[in-house]
Amino acid sequence: MSKYTEDDLREELKTKEYEYGFYTEIESETFAKGLNEDVVRAISKKKNEPEWMTEWRLEAFRVWSQMEEPEWANVTYKKPEFQEIAYYSAPKKKPKLNSLDEVDPDLLETFKKLGISIDEQKKLANVAVDIVMDSVSVATTFKKTLAEKGIIFMPISEAIQEHPELVRKYIGSVVPTSDNFYAALNSAVFSDGSFCYIPKGVSCPMELSTYFRINEGGTGQFERTLVVADKGSYVSYLEGCTAPQRDENQLHAAVVELIALDDAEIKYSTVQNWFPGDESGKGGVYNFVTKRGLCENNAKISWTQVETGSAITWKYPSCVLKGNNSVGEFYSIAVTNNHQQADTGTKMIHLGKNTKSTIISKGISAGKSQNSYRGLVQINSRAENARNFSQCDSLLMGNECGAHTFPYIEAKNKSAQIEHEATTSKIGEDQLFYCNQRGIDTEKAIALIVNGFSKEVLNKLPMEFAVEAQKLLEISLEGSVG
Amino acid sequence: MELKDKLLSSYVAFENRVDTNTDVHEIRSEALENFEELGFPTRKLEAWKYTSLNSVLKQDYSLFPDRVEAIELADVKKYFIHEIDAYKVVFINGKYSSFLSQTTHEHYDVCLMSSALTNAKYKPVIDKYFNKVAKQDNLTSLNTAFATEGAYINIPKNTEVKKPIQILNFTTGSEAASMIQPRNLIIVGENSQVQIIERHQSLTSNAVLTNVVTEIFADKASNVDYYKIQNDEITASLVDNSYIEQQSNSVVSVHTFSFGGNITRNNLNFYQKGEHIDSILKGITIIEGKQHVDHHTLVHHIEPNCESHQDYKGIYDERSTGVFNGKVIVEKEAQKTNAYQQNNNVLVSDKATINAKPQLEIFADDVKCSHGCTIGQLDDDALFYMQQRGIPQKEGRALLMFAFANTVLESVKIPEVKQRITKLIAKKLNVKVGFDL
Repeated sequence: MSKYTEDDLREELKTKEYEYGFYTEIESETFAKGLNEDVVRAISKKKNEPEWMTEWRLEAFRVWSQMEEPEWANVTYKKPEFQEIAYYSAPKKKPKLNSLDEVDPDLLETFKKLGISIDEQKKLANVAVDIVMDSVSVATTFKKTLAEKGIIFMPISEAIQEHPELVRKYIGSVVPTSDNFYAALNSAVFSDGSFCYIPKGVSCPMELSTYFRINEGGTGQFERTLVVADKGSYVSYLEGCTAPQRDENQLHAAVVELIALDDAEIKYSTVQNWFPGDESGKGGVYNFVTKRGLCENNAKISWTQVETGSAITWKYPSCVLKGNNSVGEFYSIAVTNNHQQADTGTKMIHLGKNTKSTIISKGISAGKSQNSYRGLVQINSRAENARNFSQCDSLLMGNECGAHTFPYIEAKNKSAQIEHEATTSKIGEDQLFYCNQRGIDTEKAIALIVNGFSKEVLNKLPMEFAVEAQKLLEISLEGSVG
Repeated sequence: MELKDKLLSSYVAFENRVDTNTDVHEIRSEALENFEELGFPTRKLEAWKYTSLNSVLKQDYSLFPDRVEAIELADVKKYFIHEIDAYKVVFINGKYSSFLSQTTHEHYDVCLMSSALTNAKYKPVIDKYFNKVAKQDNLTSLNTAFATEGAYINIPKNTEVKKPIQILNFTTGSEAASMIQPRNLIIVGENSQVQIIERHQSLTSNAVLTNVVTEIFADKASNVDYYKIQNDEITASLVDNSYIEQQSNSVVSVHTFSFGGNITRNNLNFYQKGEHIDSILKGITIIEGKQHVDHHTLVHHIEPNCESHQDYKGIYDERSTGVFNGKVIVEKEAQKTNAYQQNNNVLVSDKATINAKPQLEIFADDVKCSHGCTIGQLDDDALFYMQQRGIPQKEGRALLMFAFANTVLESVKIPEVKQRITKLIAKKLNVKVGFDL
């Protein structure tokens, strides 16, 4: 075979697009379906990436092609055809609407319940707005303050150009390309994501949020997030938003890496509300995420997540407690309704001395859904005086759903202290009766009880988020009482 | 030759020794095919993630230890609970020893699996129960294919068995390494009661691999009290596969005391096929050296209004490893289930390891299910308190460990068994106990 160059590929892609009636415009660009080394190269080239990045992606691709899709999770679904996916698509241009009247009334109803302001509603629903939106102006002021403190917060594709030394040093250091099937896939083809660096001793004055980062429109299918907190720094990072996200891409495989150097603290909160599929379980997003944080001495990483969306969630935000006296925390609420399936939990790997971890997981299953907690607590033989406390509680609503717990506890040090407890319960009839008696209707009463059940986790969310998340729980469980 | 091939190729020779013209033999052949397909479990299987049989399977086992050795009662008396009058079903190298045994056919059958399998009189019972509750997994299938001997206990309804039944398997080690596969079948009729004590004991330091399958059928309102004492030589490995099917209102409790052996794996499975059932699973594990004990339990709640109680305590010293994998499944129909699972562990040495995996799979909403799992140390303050009051450190530690294990010990219903276990623990901890528990 004669040598096939990138130019040939480009030529081919061009003609192919033409052949099949594709058209190119500035806002939307999609590669042909399928994945091979050339596609990986093309993505990298598209992003104008340096040589080492291209090689890194290619390495990941090679590893990925040797791997098999994991099957151990307690979920059943039709596996995606990986050669049927287009691996590069710039943010799609959605039809601009002229006023909120044109927006799907269901969506508006949800916004109203969540208490999202009219301006934000417009932005989320992609309605053209004339005046400068609050969030935009806020974002501009944000940028200024951040720059003064020396905090870097930008899309990872820009960071690769502007701060290659930082990205190169840390990317893949916590989640190696060969970590798992989806992480490898992400490493090979990630389109964009966020990069955040907090310099030594700086405490980030505001919650960083992808939600407010306006210079990137819409999140990609293969998102990559890298947060580095240098010595003695602090950052609170928010991901996702409570508003329902309707995404055409069925498969989402994101990777999030957190690095907390000595004495640093990272607080990472997620609210995820992807399209869960309709009531009969058709459609919906598959969410296969790899999230992991590394703690050096005296560092602390805290994961908080509220999962209400996705047809399938496969997600285990983990902490590697490498440094002495480091702390890992995991607070989670996972709500599944209708035909949703969630297999989520955490891993706490204790390597350093006097390391501590806390796991609080609340699972709520309703409808015909399946909700699993899967967690690992591992105490290495050198991890003196390690301490772990885990609690997973499940709430079942209806007798067609399931709640499962799969905790793995591995202790190799005698000074380890580990406690694990799990309970499963339902909303008591007497609880409901009590509320009904006092004039609270059943639906509201359930919301009240669910909120009480999840309070320990909701309390860990940043304030604005917590209010919205609370409402989100109500909406997710709407109509689940028979 | 690998053990698997050796087993497969020995099947022809095995067929020469048994009657191949029976229904049971068909079950055997099927089981062999099943084993041929599955092979021995490896750590790649989730159920065997923490236990590797590799070192055990490397031995060149003699598969049908033939020679029946005469053993004097005096030599093995200590392995019996000899303080009480009991029925005894004793096997030496997998062969029945009538000299040491005391069986009966009066009112109920306490006898041999071999006669039950071959005697036409028992055919209806065998057809109904043999291999019916046992899972068709690799090691159970292997046992089904080759097993010919074991204890057969059939208690008709409304009968209380007056004295406990002891099942003992001795291996004399006349061959360098031997593999034995006993098969027990226990049927307990409506309203009946029975107490059983099971023990496997190697008498020399030659390698032994025991792969035992026990099927227990507990009919309505029956009561089965089962004790497994595992305190074998360091060269003896044991895979115990127990399957228990319970009908309405029955109570079955199984106590497993694991104090010794090379690799010990207990697969204990309960299937609740009626309402108002109580299943009790308790265990104490105290090991050291390089010993490995793996408790793998399953309680399958199929019908409503049932209970299960699990309580496993473990104390691990030196380089020993312990595994606890407890699984509770609550089916959709099994409303009002009350499932409780508790697993507490103490690591005494830095080289010891414990892997715990308490699992819950729940499909019903009106249930009370909880599990707790802890790993920790003995309370230093309590130890200090005792030392201040003149109790030496070693005895103080032992006292704390007794207290730790006591929730399991106190539910032992046969006083002599409790005493024996207490003595075994005291010996393990190297103390003299001057108190009654």
